[in-house]
Amino acid sequence: MSLEPFLLLAAALFSIGLFGVLTQQSVVMLMMGLELMLGGVIVGAAAVWRHVAPAVADGQVLVVLAVTVMAVEMAVGFAVVTALFRAREVDMTDMAAELKE
Amino acid sequence: MFDDVVFWALALPAVAAGVMVFRFDSMARATYALLTSLLCVGGEVLLLGLDYLGVVIVLMMTIEMAVMAVFMVMYMMNPAGLMPMTMVHNAKGAVVICAAVLAVLVAGILLAPWPARRGEPSADPTRDLGLSLMGPQMLTMMTLGLALVATIVATVVLATRRGRYDRYGDDVDARCADDPVRGGTGR
Repeated sequence: MSLEPFLLLAAALFSIGLFGVLTQQSVVMLMMGLELMLGGVIVGAAAVWRHVAPAVADGQVLVVLAVTVMAVEMAVGFAVVTALFRAREVDMTDMAAELKE
Repeated sequence: MFDDVVFWALALPAVAAGVMVFRFDSMARATYALLTSLLCVGGEVLLLGLDYLGVVIVLMMTIEMAVMAVFMVMYMMNPAGLMPMTMVHNAKGAVVICAAVLAVLVAGILLAPWPARRGEPSADPTRDLGLSLMGPQMLTMMTLGLALVATIVATVVLATRRGRYDRYGDDVDARCADDPVRGGTGR
């Protein structure tokens, strides 16, 4: 098994996630897109560790970092949705545009 | 050969479920599609020989999607997908951008001269990871720990209904907090 198929999978997941982030109006669906993008990053980092530098653990540390970012993104995202819903009763990005004007 | 079969058996569902996340009407189905995709990601990590991280990803994603399903039902209209609806903006522009990003990434992946593998994976990569996090990568570990503590504080501050201005007045100078239920021993 070579490096390229794993990286192609990572690129596909990243692009699908990016599509979700750019198009979804619901904040929770937008966060799902971010999760998919980070899933792609995890596959890419693990594959690079395995196929480029398996003797050192730096690639694994990158996976740990991506997993932590996932957890933080999820927790803060839900907290922001809660605060937004409490203040404005909205759960859509387009309705939370007061600062745009 | 076996690795190839396992790779494709996980990669194709991962991508298909990833696409379905944004095609399902039902938010609950979208959540489970995302769970499928991320479980396949965990499977790929296991296939790459990272047993510990693969299991961590599988367990974490399972719990995370369970929490996400609860939030879906709490906040979103149409959580069960009983009426077809789309909540997207600028889909055409996003398709163009994503196709361009995918094309650039694929071109980079196929054209880049990837370096040859240096060294062999040790018998126990998890031990390597632990020694690395507690040794040369200690700063990373400490930063991650601090970020997680900050996240805990930030989520509580954001999600709480009554902040310090509600409890102690606009100038935060009240002598005792104005709580619906008085705390302390003298209540």
